[in-house]
Amino acid sequence: MKLSKQQVEHVAKLARLGITEKEKEKFRKELSAILGFVEKLNEAKTEGVEPTAHITGLQNVTREDESGMTNQESREKIMKLAPKRKNGYVKVKAIL
Amino acid sequence: MILILSSKFQIQNSFMLFNKLTITKVHQGLKSKEFSATELTSAILEQIKKRDKEIGAYLTVAGDSALSQAKKVDEKIKKGEEIGILEGVPVAIKDNILVKDIKCTAASKILENYIAPYDATVIKKLKKVGAVIVGKTNLDEFAMGSSTENSAFGITRNPHDLERVPGGSSGGSAAAVAADECIYALGSDTGGSIRQPACFCGVVGLKPTYGRVSRYGLMAMASSLDQIGPLTKTVEDAKIVLEAISGKDGLDSTSVDITTRTVLVANRYEDSPRSKQDIKIGLPKEYFIKGLDPAVEKVIKKAISKFEQMGAEIIEISLPHTEYALAAYYIIMPAEVSANLARYDGIKYGLSEKGDNLLDVYLKTRQRGFGQEPRRRIILGAYTLSAGYYEAYYLKAQKARTLIKKDFEEAFKKVDVLITPVSPTPAFKIGEKIDDPLKMYLSDIYTVPINLAGLPAISVPCGQVGNLPIGLQIIGKHFDEERILDLAQ
Repeated sequence: MKLSKQQVEHVAKLARLGITEKEKEKFRKELSAILGFVEKLNEAKTEGVEPTAHITGLQNVTREDESGMTNQESREKIMKLAPKRKNGYVKVKAIL
Repeated sequence: MILILSSKFQIQNSFMLFNKLTITKVHQGLKSKEFSATELTSAILEQIKKRDKEIGAYLTVAGDSALSQAKKVDEKIKKGEEIGILEGVPVAIKDNILVKDIKCTAASKILENYIAPYDATVIKKLKKVGAVIVGKTNLDEFAMGSSTENSAFGITRNPHDLERVPGGSSGGSAAAVAADECIYALGSDTGGSIRQPACFCGVVGLKPTYGRVSRYGLMAMASSLDQIGPLTKTVEDAKIVLEAISGKDGLDSTSVDITTRTVLVANRYEDSPRSKQDIKIGLPKEYFIKGLDPAVEKVIKKAISKFEQMGAEIIEISLPHTEYALAAYYIIMPAEVSANLARYDGIKYGLSEKGDNLLDVYLKTRQRGFGQEPRRRIILGAYTLSAGYYEAYYLKAQKARTLIKKDFEEAFKKVDVLITPVSPTPAFKIGEKIDDPLKMYLSDIYTVPINLAGLPAISVPCGQVGNLPIGLQIIGKHFDEERILDLAQ
């Protein structure tokens, strides 16, 4: 599988990853090589095989729908980590 | 006067050796008052000061809080109170596991100034039993790599040969144990990140069964594969640490209570203990092939023949889908990475670059914050999950994962444990593989299938090639850590 430069550009943008011109070419080469390697999987006979997402067979672990974090100290510590704050909220650039 | 001076001199002299002790030896020493917890922690800090300039195992050393915790333990001992096995024992923590109020960087610029607001569950457990946390150790950025060369804050060197890598991604933890800069350490393992550095540095490294140890407070890389585990000087120590950190945790829904058997735990060792003489050991023929360094193979084969002499039955078995494991891993892991690393957006915490609009903030923050390997994996994962490719890559890989899991299930019908090499080569040279990601990925060939199957596996030192340590991998059934630990001992 050969990736094109445009594909790298497109996926990087989907992943919200800024990327330089030089990197586009570098990643195109490296990722094409990796995709070439994983093509080996096409040889595996997987008809009728169920996919595995979880390995130890746990199913539907549920809990009460309650907030776990209630103490003021933790709240303040977490808020302090946000780069931009206003009136106790995390500030984000306008979307519209 | 002279007598006092000379005894003081002796204390000073032996003081320097406390840091070489194992957990059990430290516990005996503290209990019998041969040395204090403060003296021990000071010896560790002294060793870090002396040795870590050339090794580079630590990113943060928390000397003050370590000494104050050690003092608390000493007061308890002075009062004649009983102390637990890990009480007062200095431990190093991989810098992707949160320790409250201490910096946690994941060796990434995007978290360069991030102070952990809470403790990971494993840390809560260790603090409860009185552990002394000495500091945070270096890793490949977000645990992505096999050499610790991908750290944004400098490389770590192998204590056995400073020109070589310590392995990765828990390279700092393995090197800290090997260089006696801690008594034991915690690491995390997604595709070999505890076992391979343990192998390269000549220490013991255990990856527990998926779900045995809570992942709460471990920075997620690939959530269906990640596990926290110990790096120690002896197998006995690994057992002690595993007991302390394992168990069901309400904050990690994938963690498991093995005593209530909420999952099928077939034929565990504790239900059917057998002596080493009766044990059936399987050798997967697909693991002893071209690509395995003949010098490494010789050491491994010699270790296996020792088990045979002890009376173990050695059986060659086949894991026919092994050849697909690495390919499946390099689809599943980056897919999970691309989702997990979406949280580093410059809004909630960490690095935040200025931009004209929200998209611009995201693009610039993640461009400057992430190093090459996370960027490579994010793009790869986003690609294989994107419309039109999902079935060909991700779904196919998950089906291959089922085949790999079934291979192991079949094998464990015939044998109790499997033995394989940990790495196809001893520790490689710094810079040798860093420019070729695919070549670097191939160094995980013997460890990756175990994560895909969620099994427990341990790396134990079993010999050397030149001055470089070689590790043996012992793989067990789900939640059957006790059997592999017992055999490793």
